[in-house]
Amino acid sequence: MSQTDTDSAPKSDGFAAFELDFQRRSRRRLLAWVVGLALLVALTIWAADISRFTVERLARGLPRIGDYIWLTLPELTLGNFFGDIAYWFYAFPRWLNLLLDTFLIALLATAIGGVIALGLSFIASRNLVSSYWLYFVTRRALEIARTVPEVVYALIFVVAFGVGPLAGLLAITIHTVGALGKLFSEVNENIDPAPMEAVRACGGGWFTVMRFAVLPQVMPGVTAYVLWRLELNIRAAAIIGFVGAGGIGQELYTAISMNYYEDISAMVLMIVLVVTLIDLTSERVRHALIGRAAFEKV
Amino acid sequence: MTLRLADIDQSAIARAQDRVPRAFGRTPLERALVLALWGLGLAFLGWCLVRFNVNPVRVWNGLDRLGMIAGDMLRPAARGEFWNFLRALMESIAMAFLGTLIASAIGLPLGLLAARNVLPNRVTRFILRRKFEFLRGVDPLIWALVYVRAVGLGPLAGVLAIATSDTGTMAKLYSEAIETADRRTADGVRAAGGAGAQVVRLGMLPQVLPVMVANTLYMFESNTRSATILGVVGAGGIGFELSDRIRAHQWDQVGFLILMIIVAVAVIDIISYTLRNRLINAGRDLPPSLTVRLWRRASSGWRRV
Repeated sequence: MSQTDTDSAPKSDGFAAFELDFQRRSRRRLLAWVVGLALLVALTIWAADISRFTVERLARGLPRIGDYIWLTLPELTLGNFFGDIAYWFYAFPRWLNLLLDTFLIALLATAIGGVIALGLSFIASRNLVSSYWLYFVTRRALEIARTVPEVVYALIFVVAFGVGPLAGLLAITIHTVGALGKLFSEVNENIDPAPMEAVRACGGGWFTVMRFAVLPQVMPGVTAYVLWRLELNIRAAAIIGFVGAGGIGQELYTAISMNYYEDISAMVLMIVLVVTLIDLTSERVRHALIGRAAFEKV
Repeated sequence: MTLRLADIDQSAIARAQDRVPRAFGRTPLERALVLALWGLGLAFLGWCLVRFNVNPVRVWNGLDRLGMIAGDMLRPAARGEFWNFLRALMESIAMAFLGTLIASAIGLPLGLLAARNVLPNRVTRFILRRKFEFLRGVDPLIWALVYVRAVGLGPLAGVLAIATSDTGTMAKLYSEAIETADRRTADGVRAAGGAGAQVVRLGMLPQVLPVMVANTLYMFESNTRSATILGVVGAGGIGFELSDRIRAHQWDQVGFLILMIIVAVAVIDIISYTLRNRLINAGRDLPPSLTVRLWRRASSGWRRV
């Protein structure tokens, strides 16, 4: 390097440093990819081994799945289309009745669970209670209520209360209390404290403060969450019958285990339709509610 | 005009109430309406309970039995079957893992096809989206029951059930993530002479890959929860042991199994949260879940939040 070219020395140094840094970074990136991929492959092999998932078993099973689904499809002919549909849905009134049971289980569980959760959420909010222990114990109780799946509650309640919708209703209610209680208390913790002070300044006690300062503020959020929970509970109520806890699931379970093929597709179709219908309705109402709440705040 | 406290008497209050009745609370009509609504709701509740064949005697007897069950469950014990239970738990986690992996492998190409900025064909997008909705609309437990009939009892049915119902969810999540990609990067690749798959690979995927991986991790987390119950219908995992012990009224073992599920779900929640946080945006934290907050609190000494 010549002495006259004074400013090229630091520049080439800069390039070299950049090049070195770049190489180091890409090496590290490559290493991260290799390690991640190796980990993924190892986990996959482990998982496949534990769940006895082999290509051979899959190859044997897959055609049977195709056959099975083919068997559940009804025979529909153009010549006698409506007659075929009537034959396919021969038990339509009974299924509709069971589906109404399922809907009522979900509706009641959401309503009762929502009311209990709302009550508990006030003592599960850090800003609304002064006793730390009350808050702590309520929060943990809600956590336990929502960590255990509905089906497990349903299994236990079927033993305690007997086969029927009551077990399903209680199972979904408890899960709902846990899930909604947590969400409601998070809504409560985000409220504006000024109205609470105003009610307190007028001489309001704890219940009055909750009723007139907290409740009006949280109502839009609470309603949106309740509707969202209703969507989830309909799905849960449809399958809770598998363990004997009422609704259409019980009938579906019988149809599947007794191989009444066409009944299966008919009932699954009805369940999917109802679930989708309620999803769409509730989504519309929720968006309207949230939109209005956001508008009121502006 | 100033209003002094001394001026306010009964007639002043009555006049004010006449002028702005709602400032004094609900009017009698409104009160009657609210009361009627509550009455209707209670009547509906009563009708439902009669329909469900619920009566006080049944509830009382049930609560009595539930009390005994809960008492037994509160003394959890494995009674020598710990390793068996742990194997079943591992089976559940393995089912969730494989199911998520298969679902994302199938969901990725489907999601690409359903993304507006990859394939601007309205008809295929509509058909694909409806198909995803059907796959998602049928619960994993129903799929599990069907697969148990088709491939036999065991975890394979569970893996397939999770994979089937999740393919729809994954494809939907992926296509939504891809649609958020900034189109200028893709334009850049196109301007440099790239086409088709190159645009997707170099212009879109680097932007959305972290979000997609985070979504996949989240689905794995939620699949672990469903994998714990699929065994109820015979599709392997800890749910099989659980429903077996419940039917045999071994309540201490039931308590132990539920405890194991709670711990496993919490551990996976923490791992998934840590990984997701690292993937998406190292600077800003995701809102931590309760388990994560508990973990943090436990690891930094118990203190009040």
